[in-house]
Amino acid sequence: MTETIVLRVSNLSKSYGGVQAVNAVSFSLASGELLALIGPNGAGKTTCFNLLNGQIAADSGSTEFEGRSLIGLKPRQIWRLGVGRTFQITATFASMTVRENVQTALLNFHGRLNSLVSLAERLYVDEAIELLARVGIAEQAARPCAVLAYGDLKRVELAIALANRPRLLLMDEPTAGMAPRERAALMRLTAELARASAIAVLFTEHDMDVVFAHADRVIVLNRGCIIAEGKPAEVRANREVQQVYLGSGSLFGAEHA
Amino acid sequence: MLEVKGVNSAYGRAHILYDLSLSAKRGEVVVLLGRNGAGKSTTLKTLIGLVRPLAGEISFDGRRIERLEPYQIARLGLGYVPEERRIFTDLSVMENLEVGRQAPRAGAPQWTPAKLFRLFPNLAGMRERPGARMSGGEQQMLTIARTLMGNPSAILLDEPSEGLAPVIVEQMAKTILELKQEGLCVLLSEQNLHFANLVADRAYIIEKGHIRYQGTMAELAADGQVRATYLSV
Amino acid sequence: MQYAPSRLGRGNALPGTPQQKSIEPHLSLSAFLVQLLNGLASASSLFLVAAGLSIIFGVTRIVNFAHGSLYMLGTYIAYSLVKVFGGGMLGFWGGVLCAGIAVGLFGALVERLLLRRLYHAPELLQLLATFALVLIIRDFALWTWGAEDLLGPRAPGLGGAIDIAGRQFPEYDLLLIALGPLVLGLLWLLLTRTRWGTLVRAATEDREMAGALGVNQAWLFTSVFALGSFLAGLGGAIQIPREPAVLTMDLTILSDVFVVVVVGGMGSIPGAFLAAVIIGVLKAMCIGIGIGNVSALGIDFSFSKLTLVVEFIVMAVVLVIRPWGLLGRQQSIPRGAASVEPPLYLPPPALLKGLAAALLMLALLPLFSDRYTLVLLTDILVFALFAVSLHFIMGPAGMHSFGHAAYFGLGAYAAALLFKHAVPMEAALLLAPLVGGLGALVFGWFCVRLSGVYLAMLTLAFAQIAWSVVYQWDAFTGGSNGLVGIWPANWLASKTAFYYLALALCAGGVILLWRIVFSPFGYALRAGRDSPLRADAIGIDVRRQQWLGFALAGVLAGLAGAVHAFSKGSISPDTLSIPRSVDGLVMVLMGGIQTLTGAVAGAALFTWLQDSIARQTEFWRALLGGIILFLVLAFPQGIAGFIRERWDARKDAE
Repeated sequence: MTETIVLRVSNLSKSYGGVQAVNAVSFSLASGELLALIGPNGAGKTTCFNLLNGQIAADSGSTEFEGRSLIGLKPRQIWRLGVGRTFQITATFASMTVRENVQTALLNFHGRLNSLVSLAERLYVDEAIELLARVGIAEQAARPCAVLAYGDLKRVELAIALANRPRLLLMDEPTAGMAPRERAALMRLTAELARASAIAVLFTEHDMDVVFAHADRVIVLNRGCIIAEGKPAEVRANREVQQVYLGSGSLFGAEHA
Repeated sequence: MLEVKGVNSAYGRAHILYDLSLSAKRGEVVVLLGRNGAGKSTTLKTLIGLVRPLAGEISFDGRRIERLEPYQIARLGLGYVPEERRIFTDLSVMENLEVGRQAPRAGAPQWTPAKLFRLFPNLAGMRERPGARMSGGEQQMLTIARTLMGNPSAILLDEPSEGLAPVIVEQMAKTILELKQEGLCVLLSEQNLHFANLVADRAYIIEKGHIRYQGTMAELAADGQVRATYLSV
Repeated sequence: MQYAPSRLGRGNALPGTPQQKSIEPHLSLSAFLVQLLNGLASASSLFLVAAGLSIIFGVTRIVNFAHGSLYMLGTYIAYSLVKVFGGGMLGFWGGVLCAGIAVGLFGALVERLLLRRLYHAPELLQLLATFALVLIIRDFALWTWGAEDLLGPRAPGLGGAIDIAGRQFPEYDLLLIALGPLVLGLLWLLLTRTRWGTLVRAATEDREMAGALGVNQAWLFTSVFALGSFLAGLGGAIQIPREPAVLTMDLTILSDVFVVVVVGGMGSIPGAFLAAVIIGVLKAMCIGIGIGNVSALGIDFSFSKLTLVVEFIVMAVVLVIRPWGLLGRQQSIPRGAASVEPPLYLPPPALLKGLAAALLMLALLPLFSDRYTLVLLTDILVFALFAVSLHFIMGPAGMHSFGHAAYFGLGAYAAALLFKHAVPMEAALLLAPLVGGLGALVFGWFCVRLSGVYLAMLTLAFAQIAWSVVYQWDAFTGGSNGLVGIWPANWLASKTAFYYLALALCAGGVILLWRIVFSPFGYALRAGRDSPLRADAIGIDVRRQQWLGFALAGVLAGLAGAVHAFSKGSISPDTLSIPRSVDGLVMVLMGGIQTLTGAVAGAALFTWLQDSIARQTEFWRALLGGIILFLVLAFPQGIAGFIRERWDARKDAE
């Protein structure tokens, strides 16, 4: 695999009312790589994510995507550049079918969103089905999103996030609320997609089984600072990480050690 | 303590629970296992009265409660700790506790803020802090403390480990075992089997609104077939 | 239909202003001081009413349209009580206080008997129920106190005036200035220092959770309603020496209060106080400045125009800088309230055939109907388009508008004014919708910055501003008399010909909007409604889409208004009054907001109902209110929703 750096973050900082939520965070991410961002609740993971996707503005530091600065851009401008997102709590369009959800994203990607007369339902059908097939739920295309099982909704989100042919995916707790086997399957799928299409993936996660099995690299945040970075096994053996985050290890399987 | 017989529940037109029966005793920790959407949260919401069952009986402490309003059920001594914590973010820690406060109850442990701060030492240092400025782990402590202020004899915990760092989850397990020591009946819903193993005496497995399995944690640990079929591990 | 107030809206021309006392060309320091105090005195009453509205909304999530009516009841009851008790110290203050308490008890009663049954119904239906109360209370006041303005006695011992820098200032107003901060302090203590207050704040954030913790919501709701109503009643009662009791004061104060609440920040009591002071003082100042601009058209006109502008400017500036109000915070989405809209499917062939058949029937009807039926049908067509354009922004776009009549009225006035200025009828009819759209573009720019009830209140405030301008700009709009002699071109003069014109334009407009719902633009609107977060994440500029959607609805509402103007031959400020906006809401909700066809059904039923009962009784408002209450209680999902539910149930049974 060619190691092209897709995302480069340097000295990113943000404080709220005197509390340093993110403090001089720097890291980079290569195409096809899965990077996990872990840490205790309140360590600054969510803030870090929102800084990257443009929902909040950084106090200082820089973020570059494919050499372009993301500072000052709005979320939708960042999306235009080729960054996809999924959310911790699924956010889909409940009044639409699965296929229409993906079509809506495609309509915008192809710049057709302001059309008043064409029938949206009949546009980009094949492309939408193709995306749904890639995440393995093409057979559910006609169902309303509101009736889908949670694990399937997560897949819909992934299909939507792929609609703009992203080179970077930001996934906030992608497996939250799923059963263990579904978690493993979703992350396996994500890893396959990442490698096949050379997509860089940055994700946060609390399930250490998922992190240790699927991340290529792990960054540990505590109180806004990076306290450890490395291969899963290295991070897992780190004393400080065990103390502030991992605990005694009773809560995840031993098989990935 | 808590006895559920043949309960059916629905949200609007979606039927969620089918002839659900379960029970939990004083001083016992019972876990309801199942994947997202299986009906775990709905079961707990039905018990506390947030969802009114279509049919079936629910008794708590010898009283039928399936037709009561949530506040009446809570005042009988059944505490409810929701998924996603739902603390009052505008209110301080002390004010959150005040909302949960109820008169002492015979046959149930009594709680005061001072006693709760011994159970959750983290909270003691932030009495006046508004809920909005607490981390997820701290909020999870507060939501349990707030429910305990009602001096319940049984509590329902909806996915207490979800979204928490492993260290915090370990603390949570310790807390639940301490509550058990106090004689509380605890019914929790979980997806995390590791966590369930740490705290529970017995388990029910729920799938698509039906109870598919019940047994002690030891029996469940020995039954690879059941775990593979229903829990996908 | 006569909704029009019998006299100038008092909320817009400040009551008790010392204009008579101090007409001078320049604003001297002493005049400035007097105006400042005068503004502070008005602010107190405004604050009481706004605080009550804010508290009620916080806990129950009900936008209490009847809040202005409670204020009006406070004024009337105080007037009567003071008359009975006598004007002595005890009689006056006892009367004022008892009026407040009586209104508080009335509010509690309304909550227990009516609103309690509706807590599980969609929020908008609760709003509809409170509007039904507005109608009923208005007619109750008409029946009890008559249509004459009633001015109460001066407060005993405070009837005089004191000398401030050489000018006279009423003593009573000084007392009012002190009352505002006093009530603010008491409310603050109540909310932060008592268990009741803690529970109220908890329930404001998450009432379901409070219930699960053992808090009796029913009791809390009743007490909150009683307190909020008491504040509104007291706010009205203290006005009796300053302002006469008038039947229209319910809606004028309501829009003022909405502005105060939006500017101050929903749910913030200190914010409401601050906003009441700012708006009260600035309005008074403008009257002061306005004295320098006395025009040949008359003092009243000049003053009112300025006070209107200042309210608008304050609100606009605040919303641009702080979208959630001065001291407000971003609204949290109330738990359990979010209803998931069902998927919208392209209509099946059977439904399309049915609609085509209905259209054909409408086209053939003139062959069989009399003149009267044709006029009624024309009205129904006009209001169907009006209701569908409102549904377009409320349903698919998820923006609740309480002031949609503004665009209907702008269209109507534009058509009439263009016609009056020698533009041919056909051209006027085509240009007028653009004026409606332009109005929607301007107002919408502010509105889409907000969401939920904030947005709704702002739309109402804008509609009220538009109404006031039209109502008071006699020279241009004809003021309260409106404009007459707006007749269609000769080839459309017959009722039948005009009916066909209305059918073509209105049915065409309805079909166009329905079609747009299924276009990419419609999908973008629904995406923004379903999940703004996700819409943003797939690159949709939600605010821009909503803005365009708002403007589009404005164009079609304007078209409905223009057709209406030519069908009636005359228009009055009623066309853009709040009751007209609420008519639209009633139509949409009666039909059921979840179905596209519901708005048409609702418009037909409502227009027919209004037409038939208005001819029955002088107290038609109360009757209409009663019917709305009945419908709300009997069909909480709307008519089309009710039919769909029955249909689903039958399918389930099979």
